[in-house]
Amino acid sequence: MMSFSKRIDGRSLTDLRPMEAKVGVIDKADGSAYFKIGNTAAYAAVYGPRQMLPRFMQDPRKGVLRCSYSMMPFSGMGERVRPGQNRRAKEISMVTEKAILPVVDIEKFPNSVVDVFIELPQTDAGSRCAGITAAALALADAGIPMKDMISSVACGKIDDKLLVDLRYEEEAFEGEVCDIPFAFMHNSGKMTLLQGDGAVDAESLLNLFDMAKEAAEKIYEVQKNALLDKYKVEGDLDVEQ
Amino acid sequence: MLSSKSAKQHLAKYLKEGLRYDSRELDEYREITIETGVSSTAEGSARVKLGKTEVIAGIKLSLETPYPDTPENGNLMVEVSLPSLASPEYESGPPGIDAIEFSRVVDRGIREGKIIDTKKLCLRPGEKVWNVSIDIVVINNDGNIMDASGIAAMAALLDTTMPKLEGDTVSYKEKTKNRLPISSWVVPATVHKVGDHFLVDLTCEEEEASDGRLTLAAKEDGRIYALQKGGDSPLSKEELDAMLKLGLASGKKILAKLKEVLK
Repeated sequence: MMSFSKRIDGRSLTDLRPMEAKVGVIDKADGSAYFKIGNTAAYAAVYGPRQMLPRFMQDPRKGVLRCSYSMMPFSGMGERVRPGQNRRAKEISMVTEKAILPVVDIEKFPNSVVDVFIELPQTDAGSRCAGITAAALALADAGIPMKDMISSVACGKIDDKLLVDLRYEEEAFEGEVCDIPFAFMHNSGKMTLLQGDGAVDAESLLNLFDMAKEAAEKIYEVQKNALLDKYKVEGDLDVEQ
Repeated sequence: MLSSKSAKQHLAKYLKEGLRYDSRELDEYREITIETGVSSTAEGSARVKLGKTEVIAGIKLSLETPYPDTPENGNLMVEVSLPSLASPEYESGPPGIDAIEFSRVVDRGIREGKIIDTKKLCLRPGEKVWNVSIDIVVINNDGNIMDASGIAAMAALLDTTMPKLEGDTVSYKEKTKNRLPISSWVVPATVHKVGDHFLVDLTCEEEEASDGRLTLAAKEDGRIYALQKGGDSPLSKEELDAMLKLGLASGKKILAKLKEVLK
């Protein structure tokens, strides 16, 4: 077995893959975004706040944030992915909600729901993180009151190396691999998503936390610029770049 | 949104003067944008925009057992999905009747038109053939999903290369240079009847005012391989004739556009 020495795309251990972000890409939605990192791409559309149906799910004290993650049938690395909500998609939808909810001012919309739909046209690892990053952008584009921005990235450990933003070939490396998706709030620096798949020790995990947080800041810059691209007013020189 | 009745009255009023909300001619499509290779994980893919309507089609190939009645032919499957992402009107859950109708009409055009040379997709008769899955996902619904889906399916098929085979295992990461065997091109064109007028490429708003529609999937020579009448209004022979003419002319224009992009 070969030990892991160098990343196949020549990135340093802390480099993210190339990113692209755009907001307002889906005209019918109240807010929308596209986010691409390497060969993983996500669309997110926000509908709402709108009346929560079925009615028994309404909450008179606060609104509900409802996220749905879905891979397009041709978006997997191998065979066709069957459409519909499988167990994996349901779990990712749930952790997506939890990753974003802390920054959404949901109290302002009693009896209502804010729906976020995420669809991925192609994936190459890190798809839930790309979905969360796109979803947070789409919520901002929809004008949903938010206390902070959310940026998400997976980090991992391959053999003894800690690295940022794994791609598929790295996740599938034959040696010891762990993959840990994170999400962070930009202002508070707090973490809103943590999952883990594979063996890791506590010390490495804490180091990965720092690496992921630093990487999330780079993603935040891309998100901020996407919003500025759409909302920057001509001649508005006060906007900090 | 306007109620169906008042929307209809409003649009009909405009149409009597030969006007559309977006000032197009009745036989004029919105700007058509066709892009291929939009999904790195698909064996072939395309994005089609008709104005603000946007769909993505992706092709996945797999090895399967042929159907007993066609032991020497590859299999075909077409599925259009209307995800909640694309419209406030779309609900999640299993495919509704709209999605099923779009899928079946696109399927019939490709299947009956023998667009794919399925004989060349046979590895061992009765045992192993290629299965071609065409999935079309709507990104934004601003009307005429039918035509957008059919154009995207055709463009994605033309973009498709065969993955590498290792014995009977598909090695998806390695694409070969071999193209999917395509023998001819087909696209659907949908004509709507609103009052006494016939028009193409309706927006969502215009579709609400439609009395009836006819979709035909034709090749360049004008032969039709799939037909579907929709809507509530019955049609006379004269109306059918007018709709066929407009549909065939539209199909030709779309095929020309496809050729220009994919030549």
